[in-house]
Amino acid sequence: MKFLVLTVLSAGFLTTAASAQDLGAPMIEGGQVEDIAIEGDEDAGPLRGTVTDESSLDDLGIAIPAFATDRNRETAANADGTAALGREVARVITANLRNNGLFEPTGPDSLPTPEFQQITAPAWGSWGGRGAEMLVHGYVRARDDGRLVVGCYLYDVALQDELVREGWVVPPADWRRAAHKCSDLVYSRLTGEDPFFDSRIAYIAETGPKDARVKRLAVMDSDGANHRFLTLGSATALTPRYSPDYSKILYLSYVDGNPRIYVYDIGSGQQTLVSENANPTLAPRWSPDGRYVLYSMAVAGNTDIYRVPVTGGRSVRLTDTPGIDIAGSYSPDGGRIVFESDRSGTQQCYVMDADGTNQRRISFFGGRCATPEWSPRGDQIAFTRIAGDFNVAVMTPSGRNMRVLTGGWQDEAPTWAPNGRIIQFFRTTRNSGDSSLWQVDLTGQNERRLPTPVDASDPAWGPIRP
Amino acid sequence: MTISRTRLATTTILASALALGACSKEAPAELPPTPQAATPAPTATQQPTGPTVGTQAHFEDAVGSSTVVYFDTDRYNIDSTDAAALQEQAQYIAAYPQLTFTIEGHTDERGTREYNLALGERRANSAKNYLVSLGVSPDRIRTVSYGKERPVALASNPEAWAQNRRAASIVVN
Repeated sequence: MKFLVLTVLSAGFLTTAASAQDLGAPMIEGGQVEDIAIEGDEDAGPLRGTVTDESSLDDLGIAIPAFATDRNRETAANADGTAALGREVARVITANLRNNGLFEPTGPDSLPTPEFQQITAPAWGSWGGRGAEMLVHGYVRARDDGRLVVGCYLYDVALQDELVREGWVVPPADWRRAAHKCSDLVYSRLTGEDPFFDSRIAYIAETGPKDARVKRLAVMDSDGANHRFLTLGSATALTPRYSPDYSKILYLSYVDGNPRIYVYDIGSGQQTLVSENANPTLAPRWSPDGRYVLYSMAVAGNTDIYRVPVTGGRSVRLTDTPGIDIAGSYSPDGGRIVFESDRSGTQQCYVMDADGTNQRRISFFGGRCATPEWSPRGDQIAFTRIAGDFNVAVMTPSGRNMRVLTGGWQDEAPTWAPNGRIIQFFRTTRNSGDSSLWQVDLTGQNERRLPTPVDASDPAWGPIRP
Repeated sequence: MTISRTRLATTTILASALALGACSKEAPAELPPTPQAATPAPTATQQPTGPTVGTQAHFEDAVGSSTVVYFDTDRYNIDSTDAAALQEQAQYIAAYPQLTFTIEGHTDERGTREYNLALGERRANSAKNYLVSLGVSPDRIRTVSYGKERPVALASNPEAWAQNRRAASIVVN
C-alpha cells in the first residue's frame, strides 16, 4: 500500500465561509451540567451490591412518582413552577425507560406524589404495596440565581435501601438533561451498562414528493425533544455526524451545486469545507478525538478514503484501489478503520490500520456489506447488509458472528448509541419513498420508531454530552 | 450557427440501428422511442418560435432521448447503445462550441446513499470520458452526482430502477 499525499489546493486555514450557506440561525446551547452534593450525601452512602430482583430487567417494576420540590417557585423551565416541573421530570424518565423496552416503569400520573421530606426517607409501605421493586425519587429546587438543582435517588423497595444517588445543577433551559441524567443513573445502576440517554442525534429531515425531496439538517435530543432544523432546505443536506464534543457537525451539502463535506460550527453558525478543491467529497466521519476528519473523495470517478485535520491542511490518501472505497469509520481507540469497498466486484467491508496499511476484507457471508460503523465499545461493527432487502446487522471486527437485527424492506445506515447497546438506522418504504428513524437493541427484540416532526433519514447518534 | 442536419440525421439512423442491435441492453420499456431520423425537422431550428440555442429543449430537439444514457445495476460501462447516444451528443456539442454541459450521474434506490453518490459520480465520468474520446474538450463538461437522491421514475420495481440508473447531459445556460 502506497501512501499518497494529496496535493490538492489545500485549505490552509479554512477560515473562508462558503458564500451561500443555506443555514438557519446558530443554536444557543444551555451550558454545562454540574454535579452537586445533594440531600443524603452526609449519610453512610448508597448500598453497593446487587439488586434483589433476579428476574429479567424488562419485567422489573419501577415506580417513578413526581419529583418533589422544597417550595413551589417560579422557574423559566415551567410556567407552573418547580412542583409542576418535578412532575415533568418524572414523566421524561418514565418515557425514556419505557420507550427503550427497559424495565416496566410506572409514571407520576398514576402514582401518589411524595413530600419533599420523603425523597430521602421513602414511605416504604405505600410503594411495596404497588408491586414496584424499584423506586425512583427526586426533587427540583430553584436557586436564587435561577438555576435548578435536581436530585435523583434510586431505591430497592424490598431491601428498603438506597442503591444510588446523584445531583446536578442545570440552567432552566436544560432541565430535560437532568431528567436524562437521572434516567442514565437508573439504567446504569440496574444493568451495569454505560449511560446513553443524555445525548443528541443529528439527522436529515425529509419533506416533499419522492422526485423533489427537500432534505434538511436537523438535530434533537435522544428522546426527540429540543428538535431544531439547522439548514433551510434550499440545498440538499445528507449524512451528518456530530463531533465528539458536540461543537460541530460534519455533513454533506449541495449548497454550491456539488456534493461537498462541510464542517458546521454549531455555536457560531459558520461552516467551512473540509477540503478546498474541485472534487466531490463524501461520507464524513470524525476521529474519536475529534481532531481529524475521515472522508472520501471522487477524482475522475474513482473514490478513495482520505484523512484531513479538522482545522484544515494536507489531506492524506489512505486507499488507492480503482474501486469505490468509502464510508470509513474509526475504531474507538482510533487505531483502525472499517470501510466498504467494491474492489472485489461488490460492496464488502474491510478493516485497515489508521495509516492505511494492512487492508483486509472481513465480510465473507452471503450478500453485501455497506456503511460499517464501529461500536463505541469496540466489540462490534454495525452495517447495512444487502441481500435482496437492506437490513441492519452486526458482526465482530474480524467479521465473525454476523447477526441480522432488522427486517424492513430497506433499513440503512446504522449509528450506535453512546454505550454500544442500541443501534439507530433509517427505514425507507417501498414505492412511496417515505423514510423514518428506527432503533433496535443488540438482541434484535426491542425495535421501535423514533418520533420526528417530518420524514427522516441518516441518523447520527452523538456521544454522552459533556 | 446551425448544425449540419444531414450529418446529424445520418448519425441518428446509425444510432437507431445500433440501439436495435444491442439486444442485451436494459433499455426500459417506458422510455420514449429512439428519435426518428426526421425528428430534428429541417425547419425546426429556423422557426422563430422553436427552442433557442442554449436551452435544454433545443438540445433535446436535436438529439431526442439521447441526452440520457442508461446503465445496468451497479455498472458504469458505456455499452453500444450508450455509445450511439453519446456520439449524437458529441455531434451537437461540436456544432455549438459556445455551450457548456453538465452530466448528472444517478443511481436507482437499491444501493446505500453514500455508495450511490460515488457510483453516480463514476457513471457521469464514464459518459464524460466517452465524449472526450470523441474529441469534446473536457473543459466544456462538468460532472455532478446525485446518487439516488433525484429519481425520475418513482415506483420501486425493476422498470423504474432501470430508468433511474442514468447519466443525463444538461445544457448549462
